Amino acid sequence: MSQTTGQVTEQPLFDGNHSFGSITRLISDIPQQETPKWWYIAFGISNLLMGLLIAMLVYLIWEGTGVWGLNNPVGWGWAIVNFVWWVGIGHAGTLISAILFLFRQGWRTAINRFAEAMTIFAVMCAGIFPAVHVGRIWVIYYVFPLPNSMQMWPNFSSPLLWDVFAVGTYFTVSTLFWFVGLVPDLATMRDKVKGKLAKSLYGFFALGWTGGNRSWQNYEKAYMLLAGLATPLVLSVHTIVSFDFAVSVIPGWHTTIFPPYFVAGAIFSGFAMVMTLMLIARKIYGLEDIMNIKVIEKMNIIILVTGWMVGFAYIMEFFIAWYSGVEYEKFAFINRAFGPYAWAYWIMMTCNVITPNFFWFKRFRTSITMSFILSIIVNIGMWFERFVITVTSLAQDFVPAAWGYYSPTWVDILTYVGTFGLFFTFFLLFLRFLPMVAIAEVKMELPQAKVEYYANGNSDKDSANN
Amino acid sequence: MAQLFPKWTNKLPKQVQLLSILGLTAVVFFFWYFGSPKYLEVGYAPVQPIPFSHQLHAGQLGLDCRYCHGSVEISSAAGVPSTQTCMTCHEYIATDSEKLQPLRDSWESGLPVEWIRVHKLPEHSYFNHSVHVNVGIGCATCHGRIDHMEVVMKSEPMSMGWCLDCHNHPEQYIRPVEEVFNMAYEQPPNQYEFGKMLVAKKNVAGPIYCNACHR
Repeated sequence: MSQTTGQVTEQPLFDGNHSFGSITRLISDIPQQETPKWWYIAFGISNLLMGLLIAMLVYLIWEGTGVWGLNNPVGWGWAIVNFVWWVGIGHAGTLISAILFLFRQGWRTAINRFAEAMTIFAVMCAGIFPAVHVGRIWVIYYVFPLPNSMQMWPNFSSPLLWDVFAVGTYFTVSTLFWFVGLVPDLATMRDKVKGKLAKSLYGFFALGWTGGNRSWQNYEKAYMLLAGLATPLVLSVHTIVSFDFAVSVIPGWHTTIFPPYFVAGAIFSGFAMVMTLMLIARKIYGLEDIMNIKVIEKMNIIILVTGWMVGFAYIMEFFIAWYSGVEYEKFAFINRAFGPYAWAYWIMMTCNVITPNFFWFKRFRTSITMSFILSIIVNIGMWFERFVITVTSLAQDFVPAAWGYYSPTWVDILTYVGTFGLFFTFFLLFLRFLPMVAIAEVKMELPQAKVEYYANGNSDKDSANN
Repeated sequence: MAQLFPKWTNKLPKQVQLLSILGLTAVVFFFWYFGSPKYLEVGYAPVQPIPFSHQLHAGQLGLDCRYCHGSVEISSAAGVPSTQTCMTCHEYIATDSEKLQPLRDSWESGLPVEWIRVHKLPEHSYFNHSVHVNVGIGCATCHGRIDHMEVVMKSEPMSMGWCLDCHNHPEQYIRPVEEVFNMAYEQPPNQYEFGKMLVAKKNVAGPIYCNACHR
């Protein structure tokens, strides 16, 4: 085999020297095991929090939006902050599953299923806020172009309506993409589980998958098409969310930098959230071989890069405020940093601009403790970013006599806490009943799935035991 | 391995798709058609405390609308006639009619007759009768042939879309101001040109911004 001596052998992506069969067993065994005790406890707590969310929403709808801390001049408070925050978190899932797929980043297979599930549940949490924020939720169907005797039509020149369609499309495509990716693994589960009900349920959603050539061809075509559809959505959704602000004429909002700045921020926070959840899940479920330190390091690099994009935008906003010569714009930014909300501004700057710099060093990038702590700090920082943007510009706008100071009420706070209940209720159900790693896709990235592996004289590890 | 599902389940995805599209369309159609004022409200004719006949008063006797609805030209409300208005005639005519007993009771007690409102606009919409009659929108255009009605009936849906039809195209409905109270008025064959001329003459521009009616 002298002709192979010039070849550089790639390091395998995943640890543990796994075979096709052992990957299947590692992942598909998790839903088949008995439900662990901690799961019941976590699920119980999540359900309680979700009950809290429902109670808060019922109270809000019963009493009206006055129970929130909103009042003139601040008409947008925590509801919009939480909406943008949750939608932003969702973005990592789509980036990992669609963009990294098109760029052939094999390591994405370790986390894509997981991150996509997070996307869907995060968008569900996000959608609640603008929906209840309209006040009269029983006429929410006004946002859809439906025939009616009022001859009313949605106002297509309003970015808030674009938002409805952007987030709606995003949710639909993400769910479809997630589901299509699940089909081969659902078929694996169908063939593995023993119970009749479980078999039928997995089988129903596996859509009659045979694992034959035609199934795979259709699957790969559909997956590629959906990846192509989802890719522009990663950019468009948060662009349109940023239009909610940028299209208005409030100083501090009316800037052209908003779309790229929001998208970078969304990916920044999304990756941090995936990191937080992944570090817990890999430990509990023993998936360290797949969600290994190489994956963590790559994710940390993305957090570092997007963190600096966000930091650059923060600095650029100040530069443009000065360079534009508009005194209102200048005031808005000086007020952000040194006004009544300076505390929030400096929390944001510390969490988002300073902390990611630890990841310049390989020692911190590859440290699990550091990754975990910093990912949480980043998410706190990104929540404050949205708070700073939303509230500071409204609280001190053009007329000083109308200035005010916004504080949330207990309903604001408990609603936000409650959305975590909704998120984790669904996430725990996902962890319990669905294969949390894309089994089929991970196998495609194993060394033995590549031709070079056999050219080097290896043989199929599975042929012995499978 | 035995088959998990019978063969007919192969058709399921297509059936579900078809049914959900049809189902959604049916729901939208249901609310659009059966929920509209055109379906729900046209034909509303409540029994009034006194069986007052517009057919007799406005039709056979030829009373002008403004004899009873006196503020229609100067106010937003056309006005429901007071007991005193009725009694200008009924102090002398049909004084022992049993049907008019509630009117005489009202005359003695000073409490108004409790007429039931037929044309009820929502409180969040502002409507002004005088603006409409003074530019040439006839009574019959919105209220129908009242002079033919034994019991007053709502003859038009009065939905927002119905208002906007005229606000967008007033030339299709406008008439000369002197014909406003003529119940039997018929549109000329060249209504479009004639209407355009009247619209230009009266400088009619039915507002279609929200604030015009929702103040």
